[in-house]
Amino acid sequence: MQLETVERIIQQHHAEKSALIAMLQDVQNEFSYLPQDVLKHISRTVGVPLSRTYSLATFYSSFSLKPKGRHPIGVCLGNACQVKGAGKIIEKFERQLNIKCGCTTPDLNFGLQATRCVGYCGLAPVVTVGRDLHSKVTLNKVGQILKQYSKEAAPVKG
Amino acid sequence: MPYRIQLMVCGGTDCIANRSLEFRDALQKELAKRGLGEEIQVVSTGCNGFCGVGPVMVVQPDGIFYQRLTPKDVPLLVEEHFIKGKPVKKLMHVPPGTDAPVPKMMDIPFFSRQTLVALRNRGLLDPEKIDEYLAGDGYVALKKALTQMTPEEILDEVKISGLRGRGGAGFPTAVKWEAVRAAEGEPKYLICNGMDRSILETDPHSVIEGMLIGARAMGARWGVVYIRNEYPLASKRIHLAIDQARERGFLGENILASGFSFDLSVSQGAGAFICGEATSVVEVVEGKMGEPRARPPHLAEKGLWGKPTCLSNVETWANVPPIISRGGKWLAQIGTEKSKGTKIFSLVGKLKNTGQIEMPLGVTLREIVYEVGGGIPDDKEFKAVQIGGTTGGIIPSELIDTPVDFENLAMVGSMMGSGTVVVMDEDACMVDVARSCLSFAQDESCGKCTPCREGTKLMLDTLTRITEGHGTMEDLESLEAVAKIVAETSLCGLGTTAPNPVLTTLRYFRDEYIRHIEAHKCPAHACRQLNTYRIDPEICVQRGHGCGVCRRECPEKAIIGEKNQPHRIDVNLCSKCGTCLDVCHFHAVTVE
Repeated sequence: MQLETVERIIQQHHAEKSALIAMLQDVQNEFSYLPQDVLKHISRTVGVPLSRTYSLATFYSSFSLKPKGRHPIGVCLGNACQVKGAGKIIEKFERQLNIKCGCTTPDLNFGLQATRCVGYCGLAPVVTVGRDLHSKVTLNKVGQILKQYSKEAAPVKG
Repeated sequence: MPYRIQLMVCGGTDCIANRSLEFRDALQKELAKRGLGEEIQVVSTGCNGFCGVGPVMVVQPDGIFYQRLTPKDVPLLVEEHFIKGKPVKKLMHVPPGTDAPVPKMMDIPFFSRQTLVALRNRGLLDPEKIDEYLAGDGYVALKKALTQMTPEEILDEVKISGLRGRGGAGFPTAVKWEAVRAAEGEPKYLICNGMDRSILETDPHSVIEGMLIGARAMGARWGVVYIRNEYPLASKRIHLAIDQARERGFLGENILASGFSFDLSVSQGAGAFICGEATSVVEVVEGKMGEPRARPPHLAEKGLWGKPTCLSNVETWANVPPIISRGGKWLAQIGTEKSKGTKIFSLVGKLKNTGQIEMPLGVTLREIVYEVGGGIPDDKEFKAVQIGGTTGGIIPSELIDTPVDFENLAMVGSMMGSGTVVVMDEDACMVDVARSCLSFAQDESCGKCTPCREGTKLMLDTLTRITEGHGTMEDLESLEAVAKIVAETSLCGLGTTAPNPVLTTLRYFRDEYIRHIEAHKCPAHACRQLNTYRIDPEICVQRGHGCGVCRRECPEKAIIGEKNQPHRIDVNLCSKCGTCLDVCHFHAVTVE
C-alpha cells in the first residue's frame, strides 16, 4: 500500500532526477514524514545514490525523518512575528502540549515546530496548523487552536 | 460591460486567512436573493495591499473602500449601498489620527501616497482569469516587442529605464541581459526567483509577459518560475496562468506567429531561506541541495545546467512590460538619479497600518512609517526600523529622514534586500533583536563556507551571553571583529549580510549593549533573564480582588496567594517567563 503510493508519486514526476525534491515533498505530504524504506526505494528507482536523497531530506526544513503528527503546528519565529511576541506563544504551546518544540505528542496528534518567516508578516504573529493559517495569534487563542484540532478525528495516514 | 457595479473582494492570502471567501460567498448569495445578480458582479482579486484591515473590498466604478468585512455585514451593505445607494460609513476606513471615515480608496493616505508599477493591476482583476489581464493592456507590450522591436531595441529601452534588480542587490538589469545575450552556449535559460508572493498572487501574467520579453531580448528558449513551498496560493495561480497563456498561444512554439518560441515551467522549493540566493536557486531547480556556488563563473555564463542563465526577482520581471509599452524614459522619471522606478515594501511590525506598498525609490523612511504606515500604535515611541529582511541593518529613529534607495541604505549600514520594513517601538531591545536575527542566520546558514557557518554561531553565542547578563566589554570588540570578517569573506549574500544587525546595533545603540554588560539591565525589559517581576499587593487586591489568573497561568507554580488576598512571586521558583505580566488584567505585575 505504502510502496504503491510512492510508485505513483515517482511516475507522476517521470522518475526524473531533477524532480527529486518534488517527489520527496509529495511523500512528506502523504505520510507526514519520509520513511527510511521509502527513501531507499526512491533512490533505487530514480537512480541516485541514497546519500544524495538523504542530503536533501535533511537539508530542507519541510522534510522530516520522524512523523510530524496529524496536525503539524508551526509557530513563525520570523522577525515580524517575534517583535509581536511569538516567543511566548511557542512556550504556551509547549506547556499545553507538554512537549518541547521540534517534538510530536505521544498520540501523534500534534507536532510542534518553530518555523522561519512564512511570509505573512502583516498578520503577525502567525501559526500554521497543517495548511491552515491562524493570524494575529494571542496567548488566549493557543488553547482555542488546540481545541479546534483535538476535536477533528483525522484518519491516520501511512 | 453589462454590470452596473463590480465588487472587488480581496482574495489575497492574508484576506483569505481573515475569511474573505466566506464574506464573498455570503455577498453573492444575498445579491442573488435580492435579484441583483445580473447587475452586480463579485470579483475575487489578488492582494489589495492593505492587509492589516482585511478582509477588504473595493466597489467599482466609484472606488469606495470597505474594511474588516464579515458575513454579518452583508445584509446591511446590500440594502444600504447597493439598493438605496448610500455607502455604509461604519465599514469605511478611518485614517489613524482622524475621526472621519474616508469613502474613496484613492483618498486614503495609505493608498494615495503609492506609485504602482509592478503592482499596476493590483485589485483590478481576477488573477485566475487571463481574459481580465487581456482586457487591460495585457500582452500588449509583448506584441510590441515581437512585432515592432528588435532584441537590441528591447535592450535599449531597458537600459534607458535604468531598471535595477529588485531582488536586493540592485544590479543593473540591462547589463545582466546583455551579458546573457552575448554569452556562448545554447539553450539559454531564464529564472524567476519567486521569493515573494505578492505579484504571483495578484497579477501572475505580468511576470510571464516580462519573462517573454526578456527571452526575446536575450534569445532564451526556456524559463523556470521558482516558488517557495510556503506559498501554495502563488503556486496555484502561476500554474493556472501558465496553462492559460499556453492555451492562448502566448507560450509555446511560434508565439503570435513571430517565429519566436518560449515556454515556462514551475519549480517548487522545500523550505530553506538560503534558496533565495541566486546560485542556490539554480541548485534547487536542478534538484539538489540549495548550497550556493562560488562566483565566477557568473550565472550569465554558466547557470542552470551549465548554460547561460538570467535570474531575476518576480518584481524585476513585472517591471518589464510597462517599460516596453510606455517607454524606458517613463520609468526613469520615477525615483532618484541612481535608483529608478519603484519598490514594493512589506510594511510590518509596530505600525497602525500594515500591508504591502509600492513606493517611488528615494522616498524617506518618515513617509513610509508615518504617512503610509500611520505611525506607531498605543502611544509608544518609535525606536528603530529594520529594512531588507532579517539580515538587514537596523536604522535608529534619528535617521528617519534617510531616503530609501540602494545607495543611501548601504550608507547607513542596511540594504534594500527583500524590501521588508519592520518597525520597532520602545519595547524592543536592540541587543535582543540582533540576537534573534543572528539566531535566524545561524540556523539558515547552509554550512558550506566556514566564515558564515562558524562566524554566525560565534556571534550568536556572544549575543546570547550579553542578553543573559554574562557579557564583558571585550565581547563588544570581538563581536565587531568577527562581524567584519564574516561580512567580507563569506561565499554568498546570506553570510555577507548576516552581520548587518550586529554592526548597525553596535553603531547606533552601543549604550544599550553597555547597560546590559555593566548594569545587567535591559532598558526595554525584553531580555527576560535580566528582569525581576513583582506583584503590587495593593493593585492586586483593590482592583483585581486577588483574582488568581497569574497563579493559574504560571507554568512554574511560582505564584502564591488566595482569592481576595494579595499574590506574590516566589523568586526562587520564577523562571522569568513573563506570563504573569501578560495575563494580569489589572496591571498589578511590574517588571524591573
